[in-house]
Amino acid sequence: MVAIKKFPEEEYILKGTAACPGCPITIALRTALKALGKKTILIVPASCSAVVQSLVPKTSFGVPTLNIAFAASASAASGVAAALKMLGKEDVTPVVWAGDGGTYDIGIQALSGAFERGENFIYVCYNNQMYSNTGIQRSGATPYGAWTTTTWTGKKEIQKELGEIVMAHHIPYIATASIAYIDDLYDKMKKAKEINGPRYIEILAPCPPGWRFDMSKTVEIARLAVQTGAWVLYEAINGEVKLTSYSKMLLKRKERRPIEDYLKLQGRFRNLTEEDINKIKKNIDEKWKRYMEIYKEKEEKQ
Amino acid sequence: MSMKTAISYPTEGGMGETGSWRVFKPVIDESKCIKCWLCWIYCPEGVIVKKEYPEVDYEYCKGCGVCANECPVKAIKMEREKK
Repeated sequence: MVAIKKFPEEEYILKGTAACPGCPITIALRTALKALGKKTILIVPASCSAVVQSLVPKTSFGVPTLNIAFAASASAASGVAAALKMLGKEDVTPVVWAGDGGTYDIGIQALSGAFERGENFIYVCYNNQMYSNTGIQRSGATPYGAWTTTTWTGKKEIQKELGEIVMAHHIPYIATASIAYIDDLYDKMKKAKEINGPRYIEILAPCPPGWRFDMSKTVEIARLAVQTGAWVLYEAINGEVKLTSYSKMLLKRKERRPIEDYLKLQGRFRNLTEEDINKIKKNIDEKWKRYMEIYKEKEEKQ
Repeated sequence: MSMKTAISYPTEGGMGETGSWRVFKPVIDESKCIKCWLCWIYCPEGVIVKKEYPEVDYEYCKGCGVCANECPVKAIKMEREKK
């Protein structure tokens, strides 16, 4: 793992973006581009990231960026990858930078198709668990009980696990990351860059206006999500799942922090009843039970 | 019929001088700083510059306070802007 002090100093996100103060996208993208370097082409569907670039004729992104329709990001990346291959520029990495709306819901058809074809690009989903750009509507990634403008009494359904859907495509690299564990994120980006074929990375991105918390707490909330076990950091190289960073410690020695610590700080969970909290707890416990079993199996094999 | 694609070019201050959005400004106490550079890497705008000690570019700092919240030794204080 590379120490934070030794991260490259080049900035590919130029100051004065259109992002809200405390935005997690620019935190994640700054570090991701530090890891990927300047030989990167970003493919951005309709999302907050398309807005963060600011207005024509200026852009705050220091790497070539293609803005594309909502459902087309993975297909566009396939095309870019094919063009780069024809031009013999295979040292350039096409990277999709999409939100969870463009990944979980609208973009999943193109995503699934491209992964099945084995196209050569990285797909990054920064997951803020809602359609933030259009004004906080529910998405397939919105967790149970969360308030949005379309679920104003709290969402009644449990979010889907896209990581596991992607795993069913047998692609060479899948990882989840968090902006709080930034060295882990950097590491995973570096690793993904070296691998050929479709690669999928999902980053949890707490959104201050959408999740209803103070803008200075973006990184703190992302950290709490991992420490309470609500978000799990893992990577799967050729289908072999391995927990990383803090989640790995949770598996072995550390106790998970109570989920209330994470929920309490967010206004979107203000109306949760005790019953709701128990349901969320149960969901997280079941998830961790699954990971424990995978982990134990591996221990026994060795 | 010829069609032109809208092309943007990388520019600092795409949204103007975003420092004017600020209500509180981060002030770094260099005597407490341990140079862990967490503020530098967590800054959403990338306005904290790596010099001998971290330095804030107030022209673009939006004053979100992530740096002050994440500083492990509390060397960054948020002070109200005087206008």
